Amino acid sequence: MWRRWPEVQPRLVPAAGKVQKWKRFRRTALEPAVPRRGKGHLVRDARTSVCAPPGLAPPPTRVALLDIDICGPSIPKMMGLEGEQYVEENLGVMSVGFLLGSPDDAVIWRGPKKNGMIKQFLRDVDWGEIDYLIVDTPPGTSDEHLSIVQYLSAAHIDGAVIITTPQEVSLQDVRKEINFCHKVKLPIIGVVENMSGFICPKCKNESQIFPPTTGGAEVMCQDLKVPLLGKVPLDPQIGKSCDNGQSFLTEVPDSPATLAYRNIIQRIQDFCGLHSSKEEKLASS
Amino acid sequence: MEAAQETRNLTGIRQIILVLSGKGGVGKSTISTELALALRHAGKKVGILDVDLCGPSIPRMLKVQDKAVHQCDNGWVPVFVDQEQTISLMSVGFLLEKPDEAVVWRGPKKNALIKQFVSDVAWGDLDYLIVDTPPGTSDEHISTVEALRPYKPLGAILVTTPQAISVGDVRRELTFCKKTGLRVIGIVENMSGFVCPHCSECTNLFSKGGGEELARHAKVPFLGCVPLDPQLTKSLEEGQDFIQEFPKSPAFPAFISITQQILDGTLAQTS
Repeated sequence: MWRRWPEVQPRLVPAAGKVQKWKRFRRTALEPAVPRRGKGHLVRDARTSVCAPPGLAPPPTRVALLDIDICGPSIPKMMGLEGEQYVEENLGVMSVGFLLGSPDDAVIWRGPKKNGMIKQFLRDVDWGEIDYLIVDTPPGTSDEHLSIVQYLSAAHIDGAVIITTPQEVSLQDVRKEINFCHKVKLPIIGVVENMSGFICPKCKNESQIFPPTTGGAEVMCQDLKVPLLGKVPLDPQIGKSCDNGQSFLTEVPDSPATLAYRNIIQRIQDFCGLHSSKEEKLASS
Repeated sequence: MEAAQETRNLTGIRQIILVLSGKGGVGKSTISTELALALRHAGKKVGILDVDLCGPSIPRMLKVQDKAVHQCDNGWVPVFVDQEQTISLMSVGFLLEKPDEAVVWRGPKKNALIKQFVSDVAWGDLDYLIVDTPPGTSDEHISTVEALRPYKPLGAILVTTPQAISVGDVRRELTFCKKTGLRVIGIVENMSGFVCPHCSECTNLFSKGGGEELARHAKVPFLGCVPLDPQLTKSLEEGQDFIQEFPKSPAFPAFISITQQILDGTLAQTS
């Protein structure tokens, strides 16, 4: 489960339970799970945000969340970290959002500069000892995605979680994302179908606001032989929690969406557990 | 010779509008498509340039995903969506060998294609060219604005959902517009409420009012709220003309209002 990295002098400290003083240390990191998406930025940010805290991080699990959406860094707000440096003792976050002086500041950078920032985030951040590194990515299959896969190749990424909504307009981009993963030999942990139906709080009837006209993620996953990790229904409380920087899983424990998230998180943990025990067997043989 | 041809391909276009957002998944392509359809219904000739190279959605939204692009003396011929040739479209989607093929390009290659899309598409005479962009403030946006600058775009429409998370990124997009000298035509708040078709209860799935407040704060026009509308989503899935087929649907009045403001704004500018 551990990979020892060479001793380095960290220059950036992630927002974490304790603001650590700069010091030399031996850094170790687990193979990270890399969530990525084809479509639906909002979708994915909510996923990683609610996934990282209580879901994946009941103590003593140590989780780090790296936001490489350089132009649209939403994670600090979703984690309630605007102007703050603390999340939980066992949860650290790094984002370009922390380095911007004002909420109006735009990061108008071409690819090479973004790649440089991502390299710094990986090399120069004092992550400490962590069990899971989750990397939130922007939409697409471009600089950020190529770079993160390249830079983390020595660390052996466990895999990618791909987020979609049910419509074909989303799925057609997600198929491209799946092909990207195959191209760069990134294992796919599975696909999550977000915004999967809405139950009216008044009459309890279900509406398919984003209709799965071609069978949704379920059919796509069958066709492409990738696991469907789960479907998360629409819940207005998710957006509210993200806007308020609260943990949806803690605030609304009885929502069907919470149950869906927890099942998905369990499947991700099972995948990572299986993945590391296979690697340990290979290493010892 | 190349410079003269470059000028010729865009000089027939009266107004250029960019559709931007700091955030992904807010509905830029939806707004671009419906705006084009509504302008067409107002009697205008419209072109759409889809510069979302990694996620080109518009061909499917207009049911032309199986069409191919042809060459002519002046460059590429855009794909016509209808027989009357009132809407034309250029997208990287038409250049892929297979629909699931990923465009895994770094910035420089994307920039080169965008420059070609701007200069080498034989649009002919258009009333409006709508440019749909991917989310963000990076290569595609910098290149598109730089390439279009000589042709003085009318401006940009910024799309957001009502949530603070989305508004937070669209604020940065506003800064991008300011820094690049791109006029902001206005802000559209998309996915603004859902009216249950069974009981008419309205639920603010993605909160409410963020777009309007942002427009007020940034002192730019607020163009309107577009509600969540399953019929709209289904039309886009099936490449139907939502404006023609569903005039009674919840999202219809919003699109007509936004389009009218653009037409009025254009008229005011030209007079």
